[in-house]
Parts: sequence; C-alpha cells; structure tokens
Amino acid sequence: MNKKNKKLALTGGAAAAEALKQIEIDVMPIYPITPQTTIIETYAGFEANGEVDTEIIKVESEHSAMSAAIGASAAGVRTATATSSQGLALMHEVLYIASGFRLPIMILVSARALASPINIHGDHSDVMGCRDSGWIQLFCENGQEVYDKTIIGMKLAEKVKLPIMVIMDGFNTSHSVENLEILETKVVQEFVGEFEAVSPLLDTENPVTYGAVALQNSYFEFRIDQEEAMKNAEEEYEKIAKDFEKISGRKYDIFEEYPASSAGKKTEDVEKIMVLTGSAAGTAKVVVDKLREAGEKVGILKINLFRPFPHQEIAESLKNAKEIIVLDRAQSIGTYPPFYSEIINSLYGNGRDAKFCVSTGREIKSYIYGLGGRDIFQKQIEDVFMGKIKSKYIQ
Amino acid sequence: MNKELTKYYSAGHSACAGCGFPAIVRAVLGELKTDVVIANATGCLEVTSTLYPYSAWKAPYIHNAFENAAATISGVERAYEALKKKGKISKNKKIKFVAFGGDGGTYDIGLQSLSGALERGHNFLYVCYDNGGYMNTGNQRSSATPYGAFTETTPTGKESFGKIETRKNLMEIVNAHRIGYLAQSNVAYLADLKKKAKKALETDGPSFLLVFSPCTNNWKFPTSQYVNVGKLATETNFWPLYEIENGEHKLSFEPKKITPVTEFLKTQGRFKHLFKEENKPHLEEIQKLVNEEFARIANLCE
Repeated sequence: MNKKNKKLALTGGAAAAEALKQIEIDVMPIYPITPQTTIIETYAGFEANGEVDTEIIKVESEHSAMSAAIGASAAGVRTATATSSQGLALMHEVLYIASGFRLPIMILVSARALASPINIHGDHSDVMGCRDSGWIQLFCENGQEVYDKTIIGMKLAEKVKLPIMVIMDGFNTSHSVENLEILETKVVQEFVGEFEAVSPLLDTENPVTYGAVALQNSYFEFRIDQEEAMKNAEEEYEKIAKDFEKISGRKYDIFEEYPASSAGKKTEDVEKIMVLTGSAAGTAKVVVDKLREAGEKVGILKINLFRPFPHQEIAESLKNAKEIIVLDRAQSIGTYPPFYSEIINSLYGNGRDAKFCVSTGREIKSYIYGLGGRDIFQKQIEDVFMGKIKSKYIQ
Repeated sequence: MNKELTKYYSAGHSACAGCGFPAIVRAVLGELKTDVVIANATGCLEVTSTLYPYSAWKAPYIHNAFENAAATISGVERAYEALKKKGKISKNKKIKFVAFGGDGGTYDIGLQSLSGALERGHNFLYVCYDNGGYMNTGNQRSSATPYGAFTETTPTGKESFGKIETRKNLMEIVNAHRIGYLAQSNVAYLADLKKKAKKALETDGPSFLLVFSPCTNNWKFPTSQYVNVGKLATETNFWPLYEIENGEHKLSFEPKKITPVTEFLKTQGRFKHLFKEENKPHLEEIQKLVNEEFARIANLCE
C-alpha cells in the first residue's frame, strides 16, 4: 500500500461521495431519495466546507435531476448524480436521451426495491428496469468497490462516451461502514484525467444542435452506432481496470471468479458455480470457503459488468461446471429473471451471434432472493449449493 | 432573407405558412446583446427546426424532452458557472440562456420543471409561445385552450360546446415565484414583444415571456390572417398586453374602443359552433370572462 493512501471508515454512500470529490465533478444535480441520500448529503457537506468547486443544483425531482445533468453534460462539463428506486424509474424517459446523446453522465445508484408495495430497502429491481436504456451498468460488492468503481466508471464513461450507473446495494452497502483505502487525490486525478468535452453547447463559436428529429432514413443507424459503442465498452473496461490495478493493487475483471488461483485463473476443480452480484457475493464467498474446506467443489462467478454483458467470456468460464446456479435479486415478471436470462443466452445457441455457445444438458438453476431488503444468510446459500431449496425463491 | 433576422434561426425551417412562432423566436433572439444557448421543449418549433441532417439553429441548441426545457437549461447555465469558476471560460464571455416551449410543454407537462428552475433563480429567459393547445400532435386541448374552443379532445357534439374549462392563468403562477421580470405579449405586436424581450434578456436571474401565437392549422383561419387574428385578440381584451417588473404591474396596451370578443372568435373555425343560437349563453360567458380578467389586470396596473 502506498503510504500516502488513507484508511477511512466510510459507508458505501460516503465512499462514492469521496471518489466524486477526488474526480472533481463540475455539476451535480441532486434530489433526495432513500437510500442514496448518504451520497448527496456527504457531498453537500463537502460543498459547505469549501472542499469542492462543484455546482450542486438542488432540483425539484429526479426527472429534472437527469434533465439538468443532460444539459450540463451537453454544455461540456463532468456531471454526476445519485438516485434509487422510484427516482431512477422517474428518470427512465430521459435515461435514453442521455445515452442517445452519448453523454458520459454518472449515476451512483443505491439499488432499491420498486413500489408497489412501497419498500425502501435493497434489491436490484430499479437498475434492472433500465437495463435496455443504453447505460453501462457496473455492480459493486462493498464500499471499497464503490469507491474504486466510481473512479474506473468515470474514466470508462468518458472514454466510450456513454453514460454509466455504478450500482451498490441499498443499505447493505450504501449504509454499512467499512474500512476503505482511499487513494491520493493527485493519483486519482491523473488516472481519470481532465474532462474533454465533445461538441459542447458552451462553445458558442461552433454552434451544435442536440436532440434533432431523425426519421426512417437515419434513426436506425443512430441506434446501431450506440450498440457498437456499448460493445466497445467491454474492452475499454478491461484496459481501464488493468490500469487501475496498477495504481491501487485492486483487480476488477469484467467478472470475478472465486476462488481464483494464484495465476488469476479460475480454480479448475469447481463443479458447482453460483452466479450472482452485489453484497450477497461477499456472503457467498464465506460459504464457498467453508464448503470447500469440507471437500465440496463449489465456487462463484460474481458479475461486475452487467451492461455490456460479457456473454462469451462467461460462457468460457462456465464451460466445465456441472451445475450452474443463478441468483437474481430482481424479477422479470412473466419471464425468467435478468441474470438467469443472460446466463442462458451465454450458454445456448449457435451460429453468427452465439458462436460462444458451449454446452447443453446441464442443470442451470434460477433462484430469486433478497427482494425488498430481505436478508440472505450463509445457511441459505449453503442450502442452495447443496440442492436443499426446492422453491425458486430464497425466502 | 434579412441576415439580421436569420442570425440565430435560419430560413428553410418547415413551420406552417402563417405560423406565429418564427416571428416570436426572431423577435426575442434579435434583442440579444450576448452569446446564447437555447433549449427547446418538444413541440412544433422543435420538430420543424431540427429535421436531421438539417438544423435551422445557428446558435447552440438543445432539445431534450417535452417537459424539461427549464431543467435542461438549468444544467447548461450551471455548467457555464462551473467553467467560469475554473477559469475555463473567460469571465468576460457573457452567455444568456433562453428556453422556448409551447403551452403544452409549459402550462401542462413542463410546469414543475419551470417552477423549479424559476425558484432556483437560474439566469435564463423562458419564452412560452401560446397557441392554446397541443398543435404538434394534431390539436388536442391543453390547460391553455380557451373556454368553448373545439379541439380533437374537446369536440363539439350534441352534448358538447367544446372545452368546458377556462384557461389556466400562467402569468399568475409564474408571478408567484417573484421573479424580476415577466410579461404577456403577442406576435401581432412585434414592437411590444421586442421591447419586452430586451427587458427580459437584461434581467439578472429568471425572466418569462408569454406570447400569443395564432395557429392557422388548428384555429382554422387563412394563413394570411395570423397578424389580424393576433391583433383582434388584444383589441378585444381577450389577450391583454402587460408586464410585471419587480412586482409592478403595467399595461402595455389599452384599446381606445373595446371591440366585442365575438369579433376575435368569429375569425376562427374552432369557435364556429358558438355562433349557433343554442350556444349564445356561452358567447356571453366568454365576454364576461374577458371583461373580468381585463378588469382584474387593469386594477393591478393602476
């Protein structure tokens, strides 16, 4: 560890705010909603103490928060906001405009259940509701990851010119205090670099039009370009995460295999792999250690990058598993839950678009856990590994 | 076309012949003494000026969505302040921020966004061109549609004489934010509009213009008549011209002789049904509403 790095005890929300401060956000429109308020309150505290130069806009809704963020980013500055649940749902319309404009806006999402019934606690329903909105989605397991991925995410968004959501579990991560390592501000700023605006509105000598009408003869091509940019984000993420490892010593691949061998390759003996993300991955790692000690050949695959989804690499990783268990913290009512669908998409099919397909004939189980902040315990994860939970719901 | 007139908004846009808003846009932007960034709500002005790969805008322009022109311009304006603070934009480079929206995007779906931006005190001018309905989607009623008007969602019929509600008073709502300058004007009175645009653009902080914008297509009058229709609106006191400067109300025009409102109504197909015998009480009601509102404003202006 660099001796100049600090160790601080912070909540996940405060960790995000700390990273945003170091990155130097120019404009931050904010609107309160539980459980992301730890982020904006911490940041407002920085403003009150003169620690940041950010123009904070205290808007009257999340819709206006994202609308103002779009205005600011198109004007030519580094822009971020934070939200959860209903707030993200209210932004939904304009999320597509941010990505269509190719603006590198960041949202820190403290992921929370959606109403109705209303519930302020953590699950992934809100972020899954916008998985087709053209935003990069990067999941975090704990406070350290929130801090680190806020830094990685900003650089990635600006590199590929797409907006990004950095996602932490509401309360489990946003409100849990952990000891984190904070990098030197200078190091962070050198890593992320100066913001370079593309076609900014404030360049009044070179006027541009944002938000034109594109009809049957051009709309389709705009959408194809956006898809290409998103595909490109996977490779760029890998490069940026590798560079981040050099300054921090912390490694964040597009997904994490646990246990990993010393060479960083997946332990070859794993027969049962559990796919999941977020704070539950931390709990699952403890269970894996315990079960492996008892001779069970189990492991986990933790999703980091969810959009773009790395189908091919995941198919490779799951190649030798005899059993695959997918845990979702969201439903997709009327069909299979989101992670499960992606895993199935990764493993089956052949031909032009599914050349990575690997296997048939294995059991791939789907479970839903943790809706509305329901805790998941080690015992339950152990039971899932051992095939003792018959229902698809881990209640 | 005149170079000054097309400095910000060029010829070649696809607004209807006889539409009011091109003259509004040109009159307002013509009073600029600084650079400008423009935000625009979804609507007729937006779709007719930005058909890719063309743009009628010669100044920086952003159309975000229908309800958020005011929030969008808030973000642009704060970005300007952020860059000035960092020294990335010279302190001498003055930029004014101007948002345009129709009545649907302002009175209705964008009202919250406008209220928020006014309350926060951003340095911007919001211009609402009021053509009394959702004209871009084919003439549906908005809260700015006048009492008795036919629209596709307030059609006339055996049980209907058109819109049964009176117009929302947007000037009162905006005035409740206690901004420095707001005014009601009319595209048929360009000198008045320019004078008010100048004051609005010179205001430090939020300012607001509500501008009458006749719609040939959906009000149903010949394209040659938009100025006449606009003039009659003000001469009949249907659309009084006034301003509120630092809380002081001032009438900008007082007709020498009051023309009955029917002279305005009869120029337009949307009010045609009101001239049937059975709808006479509604015509009387409209005259009463006009008289009361003008008296209220005149009283505030004394």
